[in-house]
Amino acid sequence: MSVRTVELELATPGLDADGRPTRVPLSAMDGAGSTGEPMLVNIGPQHPATHGVLRLVLELDGETVKRCIPHLGYLHSGFEKLGEYRQYNQIIPLTDRTDYLSPMANNVCLAMAAEKLMGIEVTERCQVLRVIACEMSRIISHLVWLGTTGIDLGAYTPFLWSFQERERVYDLQEMWTGARLTTSLTRVGGLMADVPDGFEDGLREFTRTFPKTLAEVDTMFTRNAIWIGRTQGVGALTAEEAINYSLSGPMLRASGVDYDVRKDRPYLDYETYDFDVPVGEHGDVYDRYRVRLEEMSQSNRILEQALDRLARLGGAPINVDDPRVILPPKSLAMSDMESMIHHFKQVMEGIKPPAGEAYVGIENPKGELGYYFVSDGTAKPVRWRIRPPSFINLASLPKMCEGALLSDVIAINASVDIVMGEVDR
Amino acid sequence: MTAAIPAISPSIAPLRAEFGGAITRHVVSCGDTIVHVHRDRAHDVLAWLKDAPGQEFNYLTDITAVEYRDPERPLEVVWQLRSLGRKADLRVKAELDQRGPLEVRSVWDLWRGADWLEREVYDMFGIVFAGHPDLRRILMWETYAEGYPLRKNFPLRGHFSRAEQTRQALAANPEAHYSMEELSIAEAYQELPADMRERLARGERGFLK
Repeated sequence: MSVRTVELELATPGLDADGRPTRVPLSAMDGAGSTGEPMLVNIGPQHPATHGVLRLVLELDGETVKRCIPHLGYLHSGFEKLGEYRQYNQIIPLTDRTDYLSPMANNVCLAMAAEKLMGIEVTERCQVLRVIACEMSRIISHLVWLGTTGIDLGAYTPFLWSFQERERVYDLQEMWTGARLTTSLTRVGGLMADVPDGFEDGLREFTRTFPKTLAEVDTMFTRNAIWIGRTQGVGALTAEEAINYSLSGPMLRASGVDYDVRKDRPYLDYETYDFDVPVGEHGDVYDRYRVRLEEMSQSNRILEQALDRLARLGGAPINVDDPRVILPPKSLAMSDMESMIHHFKQVMEGIKPPAGEAYVGIENPKGELGYYFVSDGTAKPVRWRIRPPSFINLASLPKMCEGALLSDVIAINASVDIVMGEVDR
Repeated sequence: MTAAIPAISPSIAPLRAEFGGAITRHVVSCGDTIVHVHRDRAHDVLAWLKDAPGQEFNYLTDITAVEYRDPERPLEVVWQLRSLGRKADLRVKAELDQRGPLEVRSVWDLWRGADWLEREVYDMFGIVFAGHPDLRRILMWETYAEGYPLRKNFPLRGHFSRAEQTRQALAANPEAHYSMEELSIAEAYQELPADMRERLARGERGFLK
C-alpha cells in the first residue's frame, strides 16, 4: 500500500494562541487509515464526476484504492455496425455523435479515410478550412475538459470562463455548419459548405481575445496551491508505460513522449504551419493540464495562420473536381438531363471506392482518432473501425488508480479526458 | 495530402527472412503495407517486430477484426503497429477460418494496451485471445445473450425482439451488475440473500460463451 502525505502551505481560518493564523499541513493519508477490511465502492454510471455514463467499482483499503474495475457500454450505440449499412457520406453524421465534444474533427477524419481509399487529394482551400475545423474542435474540447476538471477538483470560476469562450467558438461553428453539435461538416472530396460572410472576422476576433482567457486560467491554476496539491504526482505514468498502454494525445505527451500525429505523420499540410508541441515530464494530472493548456494557445496560433491563408485563397474551390464523389451544381441538376442522372446515381447508389482498405489517424483533442475502412468495391464499407482515443486512454485508469486515494480517482479520471460517446461508441 | 509513403514497408524482407513460411503473403493497399501471418505464429511475429533492432514497432495503435460479406472468406484479426521512433506503420493480419476455432494468442504480455482492445474484439466478434488474463465482454453487458454484434450473421436489430429484450432487462438479477470477483470484495457475497447466493452458485449469470 502506498502512503502519501501532501503538505501544503494552506492557510486555514482561525488564529493560534499567539494570534498568528494557523497553518495546518493537509495530511492526506498517514498510513493509519487502513482498517484491513476492504470496502466496495461503486461510482456511477450516473455520477457527474465520471464525465458520462462510466461506472467504476473500487476496492478500497481505508481511503486507498486497491483495485479499480471500470464498467463501460452504457452508451454503446453500435456505430461501427451501423456504418456497415450506410454509404460513406451517410456515415459522417454518425461521427458527430461519437466524440461529441469535437464533431468537426471527427468529420474531417472520416472524409480523409474515404478519400485515402479513393486516392483523392482535396483542394488547398478545403485543407485550410479543415485545419480550422480541427483546431476549433481542439479548443472547444480542451475548454470543456478544463472547465469540468476544475469543477471536479473544486474550482468553479474557470469553468464559467472556459464555457464562455467555448460558446464563442460554438457560435462560429453554428454559423458555418448550422449546428452546434451535429455539424456533419465534411463530405468525401470536400466540405458541406464554405464559411459564410463574417466568419473570418469572427474567428479573427476570437483568436485575438482568446489568449487573455488562457492567461487568466494560467494565473488561476498553474501556481495555485490547492490545484498543485490535487494534481501533482497524481496518476503518474512513465514514458514507457504510456507507450505500452497505447496512450495517445495529451496523455502520451504529458508522460514525456514527443509524439504528435500532426508533426510526425503530417496531414492537411500541418507540416507547413508554425506551431509547437508541448511535452510534459512527470506524466501526472498536473502535466496533462499544462499540456492541454499550452495546446490551446498553439491551436490559436494555427488558427491565425490558417486565417491568413484563407484570405489568400478567397474564392478558391472547396470541393475536388471529381464526378465520382462530388454532386453537380444544383442549378445544373434541375436543368440538365446528364447532371440530373449524375445527381440521382450519386445520391441513390453512393460513392463506390475500389476494393481495398485504408487507415487514417489524426490528432484529435483526445488523442489519435483513427478510422479504418475495409471496402469490397461496393458503396457501403465492409468494416468501419473507429480507433477511439478515449477508450484506449481510459484503459490505463485501473493502473493509474492503484494505490491512489479515493479523491484522486476523480482527478485521474478527469485527466484522461474521456467522452463516453466515443468510449462506448 | 500526406507525405510520400514508400510503396512497400522495408520490414517485409527481414520478416520473410526470419519467419519464412509463416508470412503467408503481403499486400499494399492505399499505400499501407499489410502482412498476413499464420495464426499460430502471429504472437511470435509481433513480439519480434516489437523488439528486433531495425523494426522497433513499440506502439500498438489498434487491434480489431474484419469479417467479409463473403461467408467463405476467413475472419481477419488486425494489429496496427507503429514505431514511434522510426515513424513507420505496419499492419499485421492473421486469418481465422470460420469453421475452425476463432482463437489467436493474446499480445497482452507485449502491450498492456491490448487489454481492452482484445476484450472488445472478443465482445464484438467472439474471437478468443488465449492468454488474456481477463477476457470478459466490455461494451455489452456480461450476461448479454444475443451473440457477437459485429459478426455478419448478426442482424442489425439484434436477434431478440424488442419485447424479449425488455423482458430480459426487467428479469435481470440485481446482483448481475457485479461480477463474482467484485462481490467477493468486502465479503458482500456472504451478505446476499440465500436465493441470490444460490442463483450465483448455480452460475445463473446469463450467457457467457
